[in-house]
This record gives sequence, structure tokens and C-alpha cells, in this order.
Amino acid sequence: MNPGPVPLLQAQGISKHYGGVRAIEDVQFECDRGKIHALLGENGAGKSTLIKVLAGVVQPDAGIILLDGEPVTFANPTAANDAGIACVFQELSLLPDLSVADNIGITHPPRRYGLIDHGAQRRMAEAALARVGGENIDPNTPIGELSLSRRQMVEIAKALARDPKILILDEATSALTAADVEKVFTMLRQLRDEGMAIVYISHRMHEISQLADDCTVYRNGHNVATFPTGTKSDNAIVEMMIGREYESVFPPLSETKPEGKPILKVADLGWQNLLNEISLEIRPGEVVGLGGLDGQGQSQLLLALFGTLVGVTGTVEVDGEPVRLTNPQRAKSPEVGMALIPEDRKNEGLMLPMTVRENLTFAAVDRVSRFGIIDTEAEEVAIGEVVDLLKIRSDGIDGPVGSLSGGNQQKVVIGKWLMTKPRIILLNDPTRGIDVGTKQEIYQLLRRLSGDGAAILFYSTDYDELIGCCDRVLVMYGGAVVRTLHGEELNETNLVSAALNLPAATAKPAAGQNGTRAGRAAEAS
Amino acid sequence: MSVETAAEPAVRRNRLRLSAAQRGTLIAVAIFVIMFGVYGWKQSVGLTPNIINTAANKGALLALVAMAQTLPVLTGGLDLSVGAVLVLTNCLASNIVNGDPLMTTLGVIGVLLVGLVCGAINGVIVVYGRLQPIIVTLAMGAVYFGIALALRPQPGGSVNFDFADYMTRSTFAVPHSVLLLLAVVFFIWIPYRRSILGRAAYAIGSSEQAAYMSGVPIARAKLLAYALSGLLASISGLLLTAITYSGAAKAAIANDYTLNSIGAVVIGGTSLFGGVGTAIGSIFGAYVMRTVGDLLIVFDINPVLQPLFVGMVLLVAVSIGSLRVLRIKNKLDLFR
Amino acid sequence: MASLAATAARHIDRPTLVAFGCIVVLLLLGALFEPAFLSPVYLVQQLQIASFLGVVATGVMLVILLGHIDLSIPWTIGIGGMMATGATGFLGPELGVALAIPFGILCGAGVGVINGLGVAYLRAPSMIFTLGMNAVAQGLMVWHTGGFAPQDRATGLMRELTVGHLVPGVPNPLLIWIILGAVTIFMLTRTTLGREIYAIGNKERAVFLSGVDTRRVIVVCFIISGACAAATGVLLAGWANRSYQAMGDPYLLPTIAAVVLGGTNILGGRGRYIGTVAGVILITILQSMLSVIQPQRFFVPLGLEMPADTFRQVVFGVVIIGMLLIYGREKLVR
Repeated sequence: MNPGPVPLLQAQGISKHYGGVRAIEDVQFECDRGKIHALLGENGAGKSTLIKVLAGVVQPDAGIILLDGEPVTFANPTAANDAGIACVFQELSLLPDLSVADNIGITHPPRRYGLIDHGAQRRMAEAALARVGGENIDPNTPIGELSLSRRQMVEIAKALARDPKILILDEATSALTAADVEKVFTMLRQLRDEGMAIVYISHRMHEISQLADDCTVYRNGHNVATFPTGTKSDNAIVEMMIGREYESVFPPLSETKPEGKPILKVADLGWQNLLNEISLEIRPGEVVGLGGLDGQGQSQLLLALFGTLVGVTGTVEVDGEPVRLTNPQRAKSPEVGMALIPEDRKNEGLMLPMTVRENLTFAAVDRVSRFGIIDTEAEEVAIGEVVDLLKIRSDGIDGPVGSLSGGNQQKVVIGKWLMTKPRIILLNDPTRGIDVGTKQEIYQLLRRLSGDGAAILFYSTDYDELIGCCDRVLVMYGGAVVRTLHGEELNETNLVSAALNLPAATAKPAAGQNGTRAGRAAEAS
Repeated sequence: MSVETAAEPAVRRNRLRLSAAQRGTLIAVAIFVIMFGVYGWKQSVGLTPNIINTAANKGALLALVAMAQTLPVLTGGLDLSVGAVLVLTNCLASNIVNGDPLMTTLGVIGVLLVGLVCGAINGVIVVYGRLQPIIVTLAMGAVYFGIALALRPQPGGSVNFDFADYMTRSTFAVPHSVLLLLAVVFFIWIPYRRSILGRAAYAIGSSEQAAYMSGVPIARAKLLAYALSGLLASISGLLLTAITYSGAAKAAIANDYTLNSIGAVVIGGTSLFGGVGTAIGSIFGAYVMRTVGDLLIVFDINPVLQPLFVGMVLLVAVSIGSLRVLRIKNKLDLFR
Repeated sequence: MASLAATAARHIDRPTLVAFGCIVVLLLLGALFEPAFLSPVYLVQQLQIASFLGVVATGVMLVILLGHIDLSIPWTIGIGGMMATGATGFLGPELGVALAIPFGILCGAGVGVINGLGVAYLRAPSMIFTLGMNAVAQGLMVWHTGGFAPQDRATGLMRELTVGHLVPGVPNPLLIWIILGAVTIFMLTRTTLGREIYAIGNKERAVFLSGVDTRRVIVVCFIISGACAAATGVLLAGWANRSYQAMGDPYLLPTIAAVVLGGTNILGGRGRYIGTVAGVILITILQSMLSVIQPQRFFVPLGLEMPADTFRQVVFGVVIIGMLLIYGREKLVR
């Protein structure tokens, strides 16, 4: 029992359900001034729902919130803002057509004679931007013209502009470049030292260990434990999150190196100034990773291969034949056999209101139809195979895919493409925002698919994933591949230094860093 | 150690940037100036004050309705009842805007109030009924038109002569209808745009979800947008009564103004998706559409063919806007 | 039994049930004033009138399902009627009579092609593009008739199409609507095209990234919309034995209303054809009842002289809003 002063924010007995699904049940939370408190848990564990309750976005079905010991209710986000709680959400709350300054001052702009004072608002925006290290962002720029990383900086600036007592960040760094993440961390530590209470949700363990003072773990809508950072090992935390024994994350790589002709051969691929003379080869059965800082062209490379970009220079050969990939139909066609798991599953991979069944068959619908008429028996068989392979819950097949959790939605996207029996599988950061349990399933699946002869090219922002899943990693910088890493070289130090385009490191990995596969294997034994 | 990635946009400071809306407005202005210039040049008697006055009055009618249409469109909605409100207020005015100056003034206030109320009703159903604006305004337009029919089963009525004359003439060759438009811009549009609720309208059209998360007063902003829309349509109704000295409840008029107002809004640079645009652009968009008809007369083309040319102007205008499609480098950008 | 329920669920949803329920309620209410409302003769007659609206609503529903809208309906109907009756002027005296109907429908499909190309390839907003096409179509028809009322007569086949009975007891327009409806239901529920239509209405981006050519689907739907509208024009011309000015103008708003009342979401992606059928019948019965019952006479003793049309318009609007408040409300933005 802490004999100190009353915690700044307390939530007790909070419950919220949507329809028949309980998002959170009898949940507790506390945070104090001058502390950074991390929330951990898989997707669907309830962290986002709890945050939404605290920020006034949704109303709880039960429970109380206490601010400085006084009970409060927030009927909408404005009420929470007025009470001193500011929240930076995962889905950005910025208005694309309005300027940075207009966004920062959207609810409480400085006013003159009852109308908005644009000059004073710009100055206010400049001050807020400077606070987060975004001085070089022009307040008059429309948000739509900024990169994702800059937008997130503006989002944070906007939250700070209201001078909150409590700052909540929900996966706020997921889109930031590594440099910007450092700036944000410095700022957060400073704000904490100035007395702000900060609540931080992230899936990135190393961020949490760097930043947070305390951690609370949630699972399945309930509290599991609260403890100071550093008192529990990463493995113990993950076990708390998934509730079962946690073994090594990555399935072992195949012993034999894939041989034979490459199935995908790219030469001097270029596009605008975002892709520069990229050349690569992938053999059937290889898993090749794309690494590097955000925004170096990795997404563009995948999109170029899949046919969505116009004006791509260079050549692409599939199975020895040159191909012109002018649109996704060409890429999907049996002669090429490509599949792309896109970056944004909700807007690019799925039609949320349609059923799981309809989404699953959508890319391969000509395989289950004749002359345009759908053969329901063939459809059942094909779906059954995929559902078994991906362990998708079969009772929800005829329900809307929008009601599934993030991890299950991603499985449906993958399942959709598996039905086209692709030879080359492109994945754009497939495990972003996905719970640990589903991540493991996806890794197993990728290993199995490559074992069956598929060539896999996959972009990830997670170093552990790249090290654990890939036969080799192409690190990109400025739209070009600056380094290829495999075997012993494939470790976190080299990934980071290559990402920053530094000359190849000669030093051994720092003590205590368990980034290499060999290191991991040694630990596990 | 700070590393700027290659994909970051360059630092921008103090560079004259034209927003998309401003560019759209400028294009509409340019088109109008060219068209009107040709029109004046082809006039056998040249651009006399009379000709300017007639053109100004005719265009102002549509311009006011186009301004009315702009507000709901900015929020990402639509108002298919603006033409019906125009007709309704026209018929009402032909009944009550007459008599001595006091009665006339009260009549004018009454008409404006009715327009405001019609718009407010639309807004209430859209906001609290949570129905799509296109359907709400389509249905309410029928209701308002029905009421107009009840007020004026047959065309007729009268209006205070001095009032009508004042609204429609020119002083020193400047048409009063243009002054009316300027007054509406200065006293209604600009304060609205700089108000919190006015900017909120843009926010809602840009992304209603983000606006909600940001705490933007969505309900009040939408209510105000629709209510002002009704008010602006009623101003046009008063002007119509002043021009025709009567009230008429014809479905063709209501439909014509409603549909043309949408065209004017688009030509003026406002996006039908919301979040971008200005009422000033809509004014010029309206004048562009009306000048098409005048150009036909001046070039001796059968005026009955007016719809053909107006339609082609619309198609060309929207296709030009779509030419940017040909310059797209990432096909994904074509889809929302 | 389970498969029957599943089939029913695939075709009928809550808005459809409510719409059909309202039809029944209306008929019963009307029967209080005029028992003939429940007679088979009256009901069949109403279905025949509804068929005209039903044919054009079929095409418009597909476009709305895509998330677009077709405002060129009024003058595409006009084109259908006028080109069919005026076919002899283009095809000569023999072909002009034999091919009048396909010619009229083909012209409507042509309008649909241009609409489709503009919306799918130029990515123009469908509201504006079809609005412009409507004006262009009007201009072309006015030019064709020289500004006067059309003088051409309907062909014998057109007349037969509207007043004849191929199947005893079933008027031909109703038969046409039934066949068209059956084909449409099959297309929407059992074909890849139908899945693609719903998917595009939900998330065109995801459809594109799934390797489906959304542009072709959009063009096809606009072609069908244009053809259906023209077909209605042909039927109208057959009914009146000639085409006439602005024959399609009274159809735009009731068509959209019927589709929406039937539960199709105006933003696309959701809706069942049976719902559109219900919406069409509902609007037809509503309009015809109002003209028979003349409710405004009840207000005369109160001193309110209202034209018949006033009541029709007000009731039309109020009914649409009332019904949508029951089942058309959007979820809260959260």
C-alpha cells in the first residue's frame, strides 16, 4: 500500500462491452504525476478500449474514474480535454484538408472579436511544434501533404498544445522514423520530469524498457499485473500477455540453402526518386527481408512489383520470362503468380462489412466459378482448406470480417491470397499492430509456405522478425539496397548501422545484446 | 545524431502557396471573365448598364442558391432542397412582402426566418435522425415544394414595388444584386468561415471521424451549415420575387436551381467530398453557368439548346479536374 | 429448413420486411376508404404501373450499390422513348419499325457507356458527370425534335409490349419486370460480378489491390442503368402511343427514393433487390392512393384549401423520412 499522495488518475471497476463482446471487464488503472506508465497486452486485451474510456471517446458501462481523488465522467472527448487529459490515438485525429496550425488549434483557437485569430494561432502552433522537436514543419502546410511520420509529430504537438496534466499515447511511435522516435522520447522524459503523467501503449518491448517507469499488463479484458519496469524479464511479460508458456518465437530455418533458378529477378528498378536502380533475385523457397528506416522505398518496391505504380523503369523477370507488371491483375495472373499482403488491412486488404467467406474468396473467385457464376460447392471446399491451414475460427465465416480482431483479420487477408496459390508472396509489414500469439502463427505459416516452394519478400519494421524469419535481408536507404545481410552478419547492430547507411561495422555486437540468431540459440539451450 | 530520411518533404517557409480551394476559385473567376468578355464583345450594343444589370440579376439568383449549396457540401453532405426552399420563399414573399414599408419589412424578415427554419429542419433530421443528407433533403424538398403549392396554387401575387425596384436596379452602373452578393459575402460568408463552427464544417468534410476524435462540435456545426443554407436560399427567393413581381410554384424551377447549384459549386472549385472549397468560388461558378445561356443568344444559337451547352460545360469542367488522373504515379491514390 | 432460412436471409433483410409491412398497412388503411383497393384487379393494375418505375430502379440500384449515382435518368428515359419512336428516321421505314425497341435501348446504353467511362476512367464524381450527361441528353433530344413536341408514334410492337398479356393475367410490363428482376437477383447473389459490385461499394481500394478491374464493373453497371432507363422510356412511349417532352422528369426522385426505401445504402455496398421491389411498389401504391382518396378534401371544412399535389408531395416526403428513421439510421461515429 503506497502511503503517498492520491494518484492523479484512477480508474476502478471499468467495464465496457460492444454488443455481446466484453472488451474490458472490471479493469483497474492508476497513474501518477511525474511517471511514465506503460500498458501492455495483445490486441483485443482491452488497452485501446481503456484508453478510449479515459479519453472520453466511449462511455463505460460500469466503473468510476477519479481525477485527484474526485469522481469525474467524460461524455465526449471535449470533456476529457477540458479536464486535462490529452490523447494521441493510433488512428490519427488530424484533418487532411486543413493546415497544421488549424489542426493544432481546432477546438480552442485564439480568438479576436469572436472569430479565429489566425496569426496568434500560427504562433501557438509553432510553439507546440517546437516542443516536440518539429520546428521544421511549416504551420501553413495542409496535413495531407505531410509524410506519416510528420503527421504523427503534429498529432503529438496538438495534444501538448492544450497543456494537459495527463498525456496518453496509443502506439504513437509506430509510424515515426527512428530519429523522430528519439526526439519524442527525449520530450516525453522531459515532460515527465516536469510533472506530467504519461500513459504509453506500445508493442515494442525495447521502447518500453527505455521509457517507462511502471508497467501494467492486460489480457482478455482483465488486469494481469502491475510492476515497476525492469523487475520482470521480457519472456515473463510476454507470458503474462499471452497466458501460456512462451517458447522461442521463430521456427527454425531450413538447413539446405535454396538452389536453382531465381523465380523473381529484378534489374535496375527505378521510380520517381523513391526507387533507385534496385536489383535483386529470389529463389523458390527463399524468405528475403527488406529492412531499413521507414520511408526508404520498401513499400514502393512492393507496390512497384505488384503493378500499382506508373512509370517504373528497369526490368522484372518471373521464372526467366520478362514481364510488364502494369496492374495488379497482371501480377496476380497465373503466369506471374504474385500476391501482396498490403500495409493497411482495413482499407486495402478487406471489405469490412462483407462476410469472411466473401473476403476469403475475393481474389481467387474465378477459381471457384465458371462463366462468372459461383460454384458454391467448390467455394466451400476451397474455404475449408484455407480455414484449416490458418486456424481461422469457422463459426464466424458468415459474419462480417469487421468484427474480427486485428490478428484474425490479417489471417483472412493472407488466406485470401493463399487461395490464388501464389508463387511469389509480397508482404508489407504484415505483423504491425498484431498480438504476439497471431504473430507466431504467421511466422510458422511463412516458414511452411517457403518450405513448399514459394518465394517470399517481406518488409518489416521489427528487427527481431527480420533476423528470425529471413534467409537474408536487403537493407534499403534512399531507395536503393545499400547492404545485404545473411548468416552471422544478420544481427541487430548491422541492421541498424546499414539502415543509417554507415560503413559496415567491424566491432562485435555489444555485450548483452541478444540480437543474433546464434545468440538466441545459445540462450534457449 | 539526427538523420533526415530521403522521403521527408523539404522545409517550406514563407512560400506563396495557393490552397486547392483558392486555385479552384481562381480558375472559375478566369473562366467567367473570359466568357463575359466574349459576351460583351459580341453584343451589338456593347456592354450597356442595362445588359450588365440583367445578367447580374439573373446570375445572382443562382449565385445565392449556389452559396447555399456550398455550406452543406463543405461538411460532406448535400442539399437537394435548395431549389424547393427558393420556390417556397418566393411564393411566400409574393404573399407577405407587400403593403406599407412596415409590413414589407416584416414580410422580408418573415421570409428569411422561414428559409432559416427550413434549413434548420433539414439539419435537425440529418444530425439527430442520423440519416444521409441526400435523402433527407430530397424528401424535405418535396415537403417544402408542397407547401409552396399550397401558398401559390396558381402563379400570381404581388410585391412592394419600391422594394422590388431597389433590389433589382443599378446605381452608377453597379447592379444592386451584385452589392447584395458582396454584402452576403462580407456579413455572412467571411464571418462564418472564420468562426469555430464554420471551420468545423471544413473539418467534418475532411474527416468526420477525426473531427469527432478531436472534439469538434459536429452537431452544432452541421445544424448551422444547413440552417444558413436555408437562409441563403431564402435571400434568393426574395430576389426572385423582386425580379418577377410574382410567385410561382413550378417543379421545373426548383429542380433547375437545385441541380444547377450543384454544378456551380463544382465549377467553383468546391469538392463534393467536402473539406475543400469556398462560397466565393460558387458565385463565379454560378455566373459561368448563366453566362453560357447568354452566349448562346449572342451567337444566334437556338436558346432551346441551352441545356446541351450547359451540360457540356459541366462535363468539360469536371473532366479538366479529372485530368490530374492522367498524371497519377501511384494508382492507389485514385481510390479513397 | 436451415438452408431455406439461409436463402431467405441472403435475399431479405430488415428494411425489406419493413417496406413490405408498410405496403400491407397502406393497403388495409386504403381499404377502409375504398374496398376496391384490395381487389386483385386493382393490385395487378398497380403492379403494372409499378413496373415502369421498377425497370428503371433496377439499373439505378446497381449504380447506387457501387457507391455512385445516376442523375441522367430523366433524359435517358426520354432518349429511350424518342429514339424508339423516331427509329424510322435513322434506320429507314422497315428496319426502323422492326428494330425500334432495341434501337431505343441501345441509345440509352450509349449514354451509360459515356457515364461509365467518365466515372471509371476519368474518376469524375458520378453526381456531376451524370448531371452533365442529363443536360447533354436533353439538349440532343431537343435538337432532334427541333424544339417542338415529338411527333413520332410508337410502333405496334411497342404498344403490344405495354398493353398486351403474353401470360394470361399478367400484363407485359409486369412480366418484363419480373424477368429482369429474377436475372438481377441471380446476378447479384450468385455471380462474380455481383460480388464485385458489393465489394466496390464497400471499399474500391481493397478491390483494386485484390487484382480486380474495378473500371469494367463500373462501366457495366452504368450501361445497365442507361439501358434500363431507356427501356422504361420505350414502355412509356408504348403506353402513351407516342413519346412526349420531359417524359422522364417525374422519375428521378421516386427512383432514388424507391431504392433507398428498399434498404439500399445510398453510400453503396449494401442492399437487396427484393428491397428495391418493395420500395417501388410502396411508392406506386402511395402515389395512386393519394390521387384516389384525395385526402385534401378532409381539410376543406377546416378552411384549408390545398391543391391535390401539395398533399402528395408532403406525404411523399414525410413517408420517406419516417420509414428511414425506422431502419435507415447510420451508426454513431465513434
